[in-house]
Amino acid sequence: MTGDVMISLKNVSKVFDSAEGSAAVHDLSMDIVRGETVVLVGPSGCGKTTTMKMINRLVEPTSGEITVNGTDVMKQDPVELRRGIGYVIQSIGLMPHRTIAQNIATVPELLKWDATKVKQRVAELSDILELDEALLGRYPNELSGGQRQRVGVARALAVDPPVMLMDEPFGAVDPIVRERLQDQFLDLQDRLKKTIVFVTHDIDEAIKMADRIAILNRGGVIEQFASPEEILRSPANDFVKQFVGVERGLKRLALLKVSQIGIEEGPVVSPEAPIRDAERAMEKFDYDWCSVVEDGELLGWVDRESLGGCLTVAEAQARPFSAYVTHDSTLREALDSIVTSRTQVAVVASGGQRYVGILSLERISKEIIS
Amino acid sequence: MNLAQADRPTIKWSWIGDNSDKIFARFIEHIELTVLAVAIGLLISVPLAIYAYRHRWFYTPLTSVTGILYTIPSLALFAFLLPYTGLTVQTAEIGLVGYTLLILIRNIVAGLAGVPPDVREAARGMGFSSGQMLWRVEMPLALPVIMAGVRLATVTTVGLVTVTALIGKGGLGFFILSGMRTDFITAILVGSILSLVLAVTVDGLLVYLERRITPWSRSRAGQRRPAPKTQSSIGPRVA
Repeated sequence: MTGDVMISLKNVSKVFDSAEGSAAVHDLSMDIVRGETVVLVGPSGCGKTTTMKMINRLVEPTSGEITVNGTDVMKQDPVELRRGIGYVIQSIGLMPHRTIAQNIATVPELLKWDATKVKQRVAELSDILELDEALLGRYPNELSGGQRQRVGVARALAVDPPVMLMDEPFGAVDPIVRERLQDQFLDLQDRLKKTIVFVTHDIDEAIKMADRIAILNRGGVIEQFASPEEILRSPANDFVKQFVGVERGLKRLALLKVSQIGIEEGPVVSPEAPIRDAERAMEKFDYDWCSVVEDGELLGWVDRESLGGCLTVAEAQARPFSAYVTHDSTLREALDSIVTSRTQVAVVASGGQRYVGILSLERISKEIIS
Repeated sequence: MNLAQADRPTIKWSWIGDNSDKIFARFIEHIELTVLAVAIGLLISVPLAIYAYRHRWFYTPLTSVTGILYTIPSLALFAFLLPYTGLTVQTAEIGLVGYTLLILIRNIVAGLAGVPPDVREAARGMGFSSGQMLWRVEMPLALPVIMAGVRLATVTTVGLVTVTALIGKGGLGFFILSGMRTDFITAILVGSILSLVLAVTVDGLLVYLERRITPWSRSRAGQRRPAPKTQSSIGPRVA
């Protein structure tokens, strides 16, 4: 991974004196690049939360060095340090005695921004996170779980910190809301390019949110630190393989785009062409159907049966494809298109109906196996 | 009850009219003694309770000492203080303040301990210093429980003030005591009923005040967290 390092942990250890219930970390080193989302994932007791909390000194490391933006965190005032780092936790921790607007304004107020600037920032953030203006005057207990979670994110973003720490931020909401919040956050991160350390125990969430995933084992041992795709493609060891779980192949399909693998040629015929041409195209690819394309535009498909008794392809009335995919579709969507279409392949089109080629099941599984 | 008493009119309304200025003055004195006692009680309790909340070892000795204070019979306490402080306001207030401490300290500590840990963690993570945490997060969230303590302490004090009549203070207690000495029921009733009215009124005002300063706790119907245990098990003190 290239780019400048935003957060660096060097040989960091944390030993807890007694049964404090927190997981220890032993000799952990990790560099996190500016603008990337690193997800720390692992079973409970692996020290992922401890590791994250050492970055803003909610937990003081026993030894080792942690720098944020080049500065040693141990040489900074912890209170100042924390104000410059966004912090989101699973239970959110909104202040029940303060309105939503006041909650969002928490850190700006600690930093003594003037009232107009605070008000403007609150309006901006409620806009970004799609929080209804009517909610701003309410108290946290009057909001739904999903709304509260978004307020938590807005609050963490209030002073536009370059670094965000998120501890299972979407863990407390139901799966449907969680997925929406994840998507919304991914969109947001696309624009904001924060450096994010994200803790979760859910590997699927990790795969979805991460630029890189660090899979931790007991004692903060990094078993593998790589992109989600790489972890799924070549898990470093049995621990990672087991943690990633079944359906590794399917999970990878969701990460790969159609544009990332070679698109195949398929049988194509123009509507003006005689039936003979269509038959030849089908024979060539050993299919019993053929795409009908006129000047690059995909019209549909015909098969031997529908061609019976016709003179030209046009007479056979091409049937539209029930689904097709684009360069940006995931392989998972392509697979879905394959298994649900009668033609047993995914047709790739671009810019509306421009025919590009096809994807067959063989092609996809070759990609996954390689 | 003897027969002679039965013939007498129970209440002499004219006495109330004739002495309205004295009654009013004693009523004010009663309020002053009460407010002063609760205010001083708070001034002493808040720092002690905060210290006990942060240093748990201190909580047990603190509540033991204030607990002993609470159990001393008020008559005995005033009798004990008389040689030192005489028939003064100090004597009255030392006793009255002493009785508020246990209630106030226990409620302040319970209120602080009831602050949701996630709120505290989020606040720390966002960069609240420990002082800001205390005054902007913990104390405001502890307010409902603290106010419950203030109400209990105030109502208790309103009752106890009457006892200080024995050392020459007493607010409305003055009428109760003198009425008993002269067997004059009107004075006893005026003192008792007015202190009762005062207790109920003050309690109502404090409820109103609490609602005003904790608007957020009104809207939590349905999803209220289990309220931290208040110390209402300490019933109002009887003299």
